[in-house]
Amino acid sequence: MTVSVSLNGAEQRRPSRFGRMLEDRLPYLIVAPAILILLLVGLFPLIYSLIVSFQRITMTENDTSFVGLLNYAELFRDTRLWASLGHTAIITAIALPLELLVGFLMAQLFIDGMPGRQIFVALLVLPTVISPIVAGATWRLMFDVRFGPIGQILSFFAGEPVRILWTVNPAYVYPAIIICEVWQWAPFMFLLLLAALSNVDQSQLEAAEIDGASYLRVLRAIVLPAIAPVIAVACLIRGLDLVRIFDIIWALTEGGPGSMTETVSLYTYVQGFSQFETSYTAAISFLVIALLTLITTLVLKRMELTR
Amino acid sequence: MRIGRLPAKKARILAVRYLGAGIVILLFLFPVYWLFMISFKTPDEIYHVPPLWIPEQIQFSNYYVLFKDGDVLAILNSLIVAGVSSGIAIVLGTLCAYSLARYGTGGENLAMWIISQRMIPPIAVVFPIFLIYVHFGLVDGYFGLILLYTAFNLPYVIWMMRGYIVDVPLELEESALVDGLNRWEVIWKVVFPMVRPGLMATSVFTFVFAWNDFLFALVLTRTEVITFPVMLTHYFGGQSNFWAKIAAMSVLGTLPIFVAVSVMQRYLVRGISLGAVKG
Repeated sequence: MTVSVSLNGAEQRRPSRFGRMLEDRLPYLIVAPAILILLLVGLFPLIYSLIVSFQRITMTENDTSFVGLLNYAELFRDTRLWASLGHTAIITAIALPLELLVGFLMAQLFIDGMPGRQIFVALLVLPTVISPIVAGATWRLMFDVRFGPIGQILSFFAGEPVRILWTVNPAYVYPAIIICEVWQWAPFMFLLLLAALSNVDQSQLEAAEIDGASYLRVLRAIVLPAIAPVIAVACLIRGLDLVRIFDIIWALTEGGPGSMTETVSLYTYVQGFSQFETSYTAAISFLVIALLTLITTLVLKRMELTR
Repeated sequence: MRIGRLPAKKARILAVRYLGAGIVILLFLFPVYWLFMISFKTPDEIYHVPPLWIPEQIQFSNYYVLFKDGDVLAILNSLIVAGVSSGIAIVLGTLCAYSLARYGTGGENLAMWIISQRMIPPIAVVFPIFLIYVHFGLVDGYFGLILLYTAFNLPYVIWMMRGYIVDVPLELEESALVDGLNRWEVIWKVVFPMVRPGLMATSVFTFVFAWNDFLFALVLTRTEVITFPVMLTHYFGGQSNFWAKIAAMSVLGTLPIFVAVSVMQRYLVRGISLGAVKG
């Protein structure tokens, strides 16, 4: 930055030598503490983990001899791991578009002026800011087969008692997780899209309206291109969160029934903290990091292209 | 809005939109209402078939039990851990952000590395961190959690504050330097006041992130420093869930952050979109 150079020339007071030294090194001095903490807590464990992933440490054995890629080779034979990746992919592939769609429809509903809109928006923030564990617990109470209101409401409309074990019945666990997930994060999409839609060029919209363009045509030709960057960012943030989904599932199904809803984060947790497969868990961690890095890079590339 | 003068067609459209808004609010707030209401119910009302939508009377015994059994200590722990770690992350992160924004320290590469730290999935680092913490005896203590949340929130603070600092007109700082202030004074007396709203908003969000975290807390707490989300999962039993405690605890753990975020409403969109949408 050329700016700082010209700024330093503007000194009028003559600071002490120590003061001058402090000021000359200021850019590095004030970066150092933050970077040190990040290296200590962010990078150091990763390096440690990388080393461990080439060893053979388990709960019973502390074998620190290097075994090369043995743990990584094991990954390919681990059917439960690939199943968990599949579960994660299913949840992401359904929940993400659904959140986006619901959020977009909500934003459409609230975009035009409407007295009291501020209050509505403020209330809709609530699901997004609560802890995912609270969200999961809330829906567990909602879904309860005897004391929850969902069964009661469904029974009312069906005209006969409906008894669905949402968090246990294999046919309903995924819908239950996705309902909870969409409930919590559609408002997130809504907030971002509402902000993006308010920034769409009004004169273009008015011109299109005068020309008598249909709603869908306006949407495709003007609105969507204008909000595309925001949609991309929103999907990237939520997509990364969904790939590492843990809390909601822990609170709702704990990965069950069996390991039917076990996501890759849950599986890693089980391997590390119930099976104590230290080295193997480290290898899984790196597979997850590699996958996420790949996805992020691909998405970012695409975003660059569309810009 | 002059509703009275609107043509009939527009009034009809507005009415339909209000109806839609009502339905949306109902769908999204009903679960919250349900949770809230359970926290005021007696056990008989909670385990009533069919479920009761309105409790007979508002009574606070579910909350009283939390205080009597000492469960609220979990809220206190969360408050300490999230509060201290956000404070440290804000101070260190803002200073770092100033350097990145004004001196371009480390160039784009350093900035990208910092934000990429936020993309690392917690599950991938929590296990090695656990092993290291066990080695140094940091498990189940305040220090370990505070250090972890500070590191976890630093990339967010640096990234957000860099954006807010870049928004401050450079001329202000230049004229302050010409007036004889040194850099430290410029940071404290010129930049900080200008970015105060952004700083407040970022503080609130870092606090919420630490407050809501479950995975790190689950792994690194045992009996001493249990935070509120971990406490909540202790109530889940195989057969009987302590619904009264779950509901009351959830309300206690949600109200503070809802109030804090509501105050910061204006900065919400920028805060949750990592600065990408300026709202």
